[in-house]
Amino acid sequence: MSIWEYANPRRFMAASGAVQPYVWGLAILLCATGLIWGFFFTPEDFRMGHSVKIIYIHVPSAFLAINAWFMMLVASLIWLIRRHHVSALAARAAAPIGLIMTAVALITGAIWGKPMWGTYWEWDPRLTSFLILFLFYLGYVALWSAIEQQDQAADLTSILCLVGTVFAVLSRYAAQFWNQGLHQGASLSLDAEENVADVFWIPLVITLAGFVFLFVALVLLRTRTEIRRRRLHAISLKERLA
Amino acid sequence: MLALLQRDLRLALRAGGGFGLGLAFFLILATLVPLAVGPQPDRLAPIAPGILWLGALLACLLSLDRLWALDAEDGSLDLLATAPVPLEGAATVKALAHWITTGLPLAVIAAPLSLLLFLPGPALPWLALSLLLGTPALSWIGTFGAALTVGLKRGSLLLSLLVLPLYVPTLVFGAEVVRRGAEGLPVATPLALLAGITLGCIALLPFASAAALRVNLR
Repeated sequence: MSIWEYANPRRFMAASGAVQPYVWGLAILLCATGLIWGFFFTPEDFRMGHSVKIIYIHVPSAFLAINAWFMMLVASLIWLIRRHHVSALAARAAAPIGLIMTAVALITGAIWGKPMWGTYWEWDPRLTSFLILFLFYLGYVALWSAIEQQDQAADLTSILCLVGTVFAVLSRYAAQFWNQGLHQGASLSLDAEENVADVFWIPLVITLAGFVFLFVALVLLRTRTEIRRRRLHAISLKERLA
Repeated sequence: MLALLQRDLRLALRAGGGFGLGLAFFLILATLVPLAVGPQPDRLAPIAPGILWLGALLACLLSLDRLWALDAEDGSLDLLATAPVPLEGAATVKALAHWITTGLPLAVIAAPLSLLLFLPGPALPWLALSLLLGTPALSWIGTFGAALTVGLKRGSLLLSLLVLPLYVPTLVFGAEVVRRGAEGLPVATPLALLAGITLGCIALLPFASAAALRVNLR
């Protein structure tokens, strides 16, 4: 029993079909718990007041925006090395979700930035690299939709993902070099001395887990849809031949 | 490989291959910016490094969509793929030819054009040097982007969407060199980083370009 067995679309469909309701359930449960807890049952921050509540959307979406790209990178590598179609489809499925998450992180950040920093936008390294990440997602999605032949599209987008990763990381450090920022440092690292205070931390982690499950559920859903679409396509081709 | 380089250079120079086009674009940009923001030297001088680098970057982008497309149309790309020279080598030569016909002239012409934008005198050598060091990265990245989109009918808009984000680090460090040069600050750090990016691109991107071309030729 190895994970590669699920590279077979039939196995993948069976397993993901069985898992999917639980993932959705967990996603909804955790998101609802974390958000309701965060929105209604945490105190207001002594400096930020109400606006601290936006952290429950902002941080998880930003977290996913970056990690969706890493997931696409891994899936692309698997596709290039082992040629499993499910992997390529999963990368394709994750891209628009990552795009939306990046947009959500940017927008909530802007809404948060206005009362806190007095500006919607600041050319801070973190903000800038997120905007650049958004552009990378756009290019990736556009390339997928521009190529008709599916395998070719999977190959080319995988190559773009590999090269893009290197340049995205480079851009991150270039942006850091280029300007000093307003954005605080990491608020979630495990080894940091100064983290978010516990009252905010627990609902935040719950929401974060909820978002991760939401992401997994959406990727599964989109991958399954894509597999079904391909099957439909194959069936319609067969019927046209008959 | 030398023959391929000569062929590409000849094509670019003679057959209206857009050799002068990038330079003309650069000139037009340097003319339009003062018209847009006003002719005062104290307004133009601080933004001159950025404008010049941006102009160089866009001028490079301008000629990219034909880099492989012409060869793909007349079939010489298939010949290149079956030639004894590996496709990686062909990609390197293509990028080199692109750089000689766009990046190198841009680096030369940038110094006189910078007078139009009142770039401070001490920055002039740094502008030329940073363009010399940085434009190869633009050409090599562009060759990769063009290889990705070679099979597409309307690839040029997509090409700019793919390539411009990849240009970010080069632009940041390149413009930073000139800005620091203009202010009389030490430039060694961004210059070294710029050179590092260029060398990395030259060393690694031909493999990615060749891989993308093979997929497109399949």
